[in-house]
Amino acid sequence: MTYREALKQGIREALHADGRVFLIGEDVGRYGGAFAVSKGLLQEFGEDRIMDVPLSESGFVGAGIGAAIAGMKPIVELMTVNFSLLAMDQIVNNAATLLHMSGGQINVPVVIRIGCGIGRQLAAQHSHSWEPLFAHIPGLIVLSVGTHEDARYMLAEALKSPDPVIVFEYTSMLNSEKEIPANITQVDISKTKVRRVGKDISLITYGTGVYKCMDAANELAAMGIDVEVVDLRVLRPLDEETILASVSKTHRALIVEDAWKSVSISSEISARIMEKIFYDLDAPVLRLSGVEVPIPYPVHLEEASVPQKNDIINAVKKILNHD
Amino acid sequence: MIEFVMPSLGADMEDGILVEWHKKKGDAIKRGDIIADVETQKGLIEIEVFEDGVIEKLLIEPDTKVPVGTPLALINPTNKKAETIISTDAQKEASHPIAEKEITPTLNAVGVNKKIKISPLAKRVATENNINFSTLLGSGENGAITKEDVEKAIAQKQKSLANHEASGTTTEDKTKNASNSIRAAVAAAMSKSNREIPHYYLEKTIDMTKALAWMNRANKERSVKQRLLPAALLIKAVAISLREVPELNAIWDNGLQIKSDINIGFVVSLRGGGIIVPAIHAANLKTIDEIMSMLNDIIPRAKALKLRSSELSDSSITITSIGEGGADSVYGIIYPPQVAIIGFGNISEQPFAENGMLGIHPLVHVTLAADHRAIDGLTGSRFLTVLNTHLQNPESL
Repeated sequence: MTYREALKQGIREALHADGRVFLIGEDVGRYGGAFAVSKGLLQEFGEDRIMDVPLSESGFVGAGIGAAIAGMKPIVELMTVNFSLLAMDQIVNNAATLLHMSGGQINVPVVIRIGCGIGRQLAAQHSHSWEPLFAHIPGLIVLSVGTHEDARYMLAEALKSPDPVIVFEYTSMLNSEKEIPANITQVDISKTKVRRVGKDISLITYGTGVYKCMDAANELAAMGIDVEVVDLRVLRPLDEETILASVSKTHRALIVEDAWKSVSISSEISARIMEKIFYDLDAPVLRLSGVEVPIPYPVHLEEASVPQKNDIINAVKKILNHD
Repeated sequence: MIEFVMPSLGADMEDGILVEWHKKKGDAIKRGDIIADVETQKGLIEIEVFEDGVIEKLLIEPDTKVPVGTPLALINPTNKKAETIISTDAQKEASHPIAEKEITPTLNAVGVNKKIKISPLAKRVATENNINFSTLLGSGENGAITKEDVEKAIAQKQKSLANHEASGTTTEDKTKNASNSIRAAVAAAMSKSNREIPHYYLEKTIDMTKALAWMNRANKERSVKQRLLPAALLIKAVAISLREVPELNAIWDNGLQIKSDINIGFVVSLRGGGIIVPAIHAANLKTIDEIMSMLNDIIPRAKALKLRSSELSDSSITITSIGEGGADSVYGIIYPPQVAIIGFGNISEQPFAENGMLGIHPLVHVTLAADHRAIDGLTGSRFLTVLNTHLQNPESL
């Protein structure tokens, strides 16, 4: 199953499961979604459930928030994360704060899906890893869909949340094929997931980093290095317990993300490791992040701007002083 | 490349003087070869290597005093899967010829003018285990000391803790110094033991009639040189009994760690005072004749302070024997981290009741001092009973 198909099945299931659920966003209906994730859903569910909207992020995200307050379960699609800036006021000043401002009276159970990431030659204005911007904001739950099983099952859990959930989906992964294990029928969005158990080092990552780290771990295993891969999955609130337990066990950590390095998810995790388990560390925590430039258009430069499998392998060998 | 380092031959050994190299660059060596003589604070010890290979480089010139853990030589292993692979940086540093470099790797290792790079975890583990990490060579990135490096040092320390050791040198002064430092080593170990180990004591009187009769018969078939002494018999009996009560053949390190090899430390008194405890390795697998010939070889060398490093390592239990004409009982002090010491008093003729009859029998008072943190009296008692059974069946030894 492709990542795209997994996302679509998740949306379809949610629409079937609860009459209050509806999908709203630019081109989600007649066009079938900018990335064809919602193709065919308009025909199946009708205009009341699959709503095309004018190109006004602030407007339709605000509409989603209002519907959520009124008792609906909206799924708002933001085509790409660069457009999310136009809706930032609604997300930060309304969705994230209303529960607090109303003295706990008003929940905002909106789910906002955002396409994001680097790797499709979409150039600087359309290639962003802005998970850190959202993970900075109290009141939001921020999820990162790094695997096909999460693409398939995260949405259902997000819709159960009484508070606003931001779901980051990665456009570069849409066509990738992976089998979802048959025994998985739901996922826990409150927990970070250890995707591979190892004892020598913890690779902590999210989003597009998950499969890269898994591939790197397989190659490193052939060299005798036993890597643990930790898929953060939930970027806010961080599942500190799982992260710290892993690093306490392996005593070493490499954090991998596409986002720019300064003031990023990796900055936060690195700091928490240092604050909480300094005396369990056997090597400095290292980070592999995006190069701090506007993401270039040429494919070789685009590839060079974010961590790749070989960068991960080399960094692990460096930390372990392995030759 | 393997580093051959200044070994630790005792918990309290901090440094040693490399007196003489027995090998030179390019020499092929194999496990067990004597590679150098090292004078420790307790005397001259012949140092063996534990890997097969070729000497790549000698790093330290004779008559140099260096801390424990300092690389002395680089060995190119025959077996490529070397245990200690040193970092390229450290190698670069360490492999500078002595003549070309004023500051030897030793000084770097001590870190006189250099910050020591050690991970927080490694530092914590080192501090908890009383390891002086300033002498360790790091295997981590840029030569940082890692947990693994510290764990290796701990293992080395535990190994050597299991032994007292000493050796002598040529001049009288040096012998006197050696004897003083042996005194100090004994003092440190025994104080630690008495301070930390809750000893309990058991005693059993064992009839030696059958054992001595068997030995006398056996000796008739042996030349004077090969004749057995009761000590060999007792060591073998203890070794066999430990197989049945393995809890005593162990060390205490935050818990009981039973040892699979039965390596018996045998206390040898030195003329100038002090004791030294060479190990009889795998005593349960040796014949009484083999144990006897080991004693004949090792005791004079121990008294002359001429032991090899391997003979001073790995004891898992200690025997102290008073010998002929001495005190009737000896209550030992356990050598940490071992958990038991077995004492044999003088074998003497005494009245002994057996089957309702009083007779005169050669008896020995056997004592057991054991660590009550690790083992209980019932176990100790069982051991003495098993030991008695074996000594009543000397043929089976």
